[in-house]
Amino acid sequence: MVEKISPEAHAEYQRINETDAFAELKSSYLRFVVPLTIAFMVWYLLYVFASNWAPDFMATKVVGNINIALVFGLLQFVTTFGIAIWYARFAARRMDPIADRLREQYEREIER
Amino acid sequence: MNTALIAQASENDTQNLTGGLFIAVVLLTVAITFWASRQNKTAADYYAGGRSFTGAQNGFAIAGDYMSAASFLGISGAIALTGYDGFLYSIGFLVAWLVALLLVAELLRNSGRFTMADQLAYRMRQVPVRTAAATSTVVVSIFYLLAQMVGAGALVALLLGVSSDSAKNLTIAGVGALMIFYVVVGGMKGTTWVQIVKAVLLMGGTILITVLVLAEFNFNLSDLLGTAAENSGQGSAFLEPGLKYGVSLTSKIDFVSLSLALILGTAGLPHILIRFYTTPTARQARKSVLWAIALIGTFYLMTLVLGFGAAALVTGDEKEEIATSGGNLASPLLAEAVGGGPGSTGGAVLLALISAVAFATILAVVAGLTLTSASSVAHDMYANVIKKGDVTEKQEIRTARIAAFVIGGVAILLAIPGKNLNVAFLVALAFAVAASANLPALLYNLFWKRFSTRGATWSIYGGLVSSVGLVIFSPVVSGKGEDPTGKNLSLLPTNIDISWFPLENPGLISIPLGFFFGWLGTVTTKDRDSEERYVELDVRTMTGAGAEK
Repeated sequence: MVEKISPEAHAEYQRINETDAFAELKSSYLRFVVPLTIAFMVWYLLYVFASNWAPDFMATKVVGNINIALVFGLLQFVTTFGIAIWYARFAARRMDPIADRLREQYEREIER
Repeated sequence: MNTALIAQASENDTQNLTGGLFIAVVLLTVAITFWASRQNKTAADYYAGGRSFTGAQNGFAIAGDYMSAASFLGISGAIALTGYDGFLYSIGFLVAWLVALLLVAELLRNSGRFTMADQLAYRMRQVPVRTAAATSTVVVSIFYLLAQMVGAGALVALLLGVSSDSAKNLTIAGVGALMIFYVVVGGMKGTTWVQIVKAVLLMGGTILITVLVLAEFNFNLSDLLGTAAENSGQGSAFLEPGLKYGVSLTSKIDFVSLSLALILGTAGLPHILIRFYTTPTARQARKSVLWAIALIGTFYLMTLVLGFGAAALVTGDEKEEIATSGGNLASPLLAEAVGGGPGSTGGAVLLALISAVAFATILAVVAGLTLTSASSVAHDMYANVIKKGDVTEKQEIRTARIAAFVIGGVAILLAIPGKNLNVAFLVALAFAVAASANLPALLYNLFWKRFSTRGATWSIYGGLVSSVGLVIFSPVVSGKGEDPTGKNLSLLPTNIDISWFPLENPGLISIPLGFFFGWLGTVTTKDRDSEERYVELDVRTMTGAGAEK
């Protein structure tokens, strides 16, 4: 093992793991990131597949020389920025407060 | 009279100016390294920069570590030559960061210390998982490093206008010596500051050229695209996907394979992963990825302008030069064009400036790669596998420095004879190995309680062997033949052909295999030891309780 931890620390990890707060932290994290990860991967692969197999659709002009291919590509940037900001806000609002509380409990218990 | 003076700025002056700016970059980075080395005392200082970088600083450093000369010169060059398909490539490089942000960065910061292997070793048997993780770390880093060094030889020679073999050798040796210096003397602190400075230079230079290009078209993107399409000789096809990847069904599937490796590989690149350890908390690690996404995204948006700008604005002899350089000279020659054209002072200054930025880019990336491999050799192999943890921090740091010397030396010795070989595929291969060998093990370890030591080693070796193995039998190694100018398109001489695997990128097959082997190795063992400490890993990754400070 990478580092031996004291029985007290081990017990404290166990205790935190069984709290409702931890269960809520973990499930809200997973409920947020798993669907979102699937969504942005599908969205990205859709773009890759469209570039490969729907050239006529991608070549459609939207305005001037700007075609759907370019708009679709730029939308990938927009969604990437958007998801990043969305996650950061979610984490700060829903995850960080619980994580902070549990970490403080752990530190109080161990450093006593 | 003024115009006469301007016209006198000859090619020679440009090269002197470029050379002068190169020396300035070297002096600046050497000074930074000395300055940063003052406080290198503990192992955490050497490997993780004392975990003292803010989110913003680390975000710049990540961007500096990630955006190689291949993306600065290569992507804008690909756009200049093949239009839209070059842009397609860069989107994967950006979207990939969401995997790092959502699934990896914070959890890794909370559970590891210095290397990728730390996170696995937290609940697995030390010796097998560290050996496996160190092997794949060194393989990925060396592939990436070799591609960068060989590229550096060609690029610097191109930018300085020298083309003899001895000049290229000298460049490779010089770049190698510098990177060894940064890593040995500066450790993570020095390397990080070199990367931050590079990111600032790169963003500054790119913004400048982008604004100048857009100004030529009164900030009308449609006009820029129209002129690019017209001057490319391809018409509107230049603005649509298909010129590069759309030629056949194989090339289309190959592109899907590459895309998968790009989006899944980034979060498995060891030199990116260890950057997350340099922040004081997981929250700062998150912030650093947000910064990185902002910087990298903005940068790739600008490469769009640079690439199409080069197609639209660079004409005549210079246009020929872009094609002969495989696109690498697109950005520098575009800078010359918007600065006033060849022979003008403005053109000469901007050309020299962008060349110096490219040079700084190369230096920062190779330093990061060398540090990553040296850390893994010293921390994983020497301290924990060979010495079983019975070493002082001083011995460990000394070993890391020796390892940096050896790895840097090996890279120089391999890059010099390899300089005329076609090694561009190594970057894509590094992403494929990272996605096939590293990411499955990392994700299983974080999210699958049952995951075992054997599963970890099987997924790492399985992903590594299948990705490298498939590439050996792919067209990039042999059997691709020559292009019309007689340049060998494969790695091996044209009379050898051992290829049977049709794709150039193995990801489509090797990534699922990496995940499959990790699963198989786990479900076929009765070993349940790793489950015991999952509870701790789980609490620690999610809350940061007990994380390294």
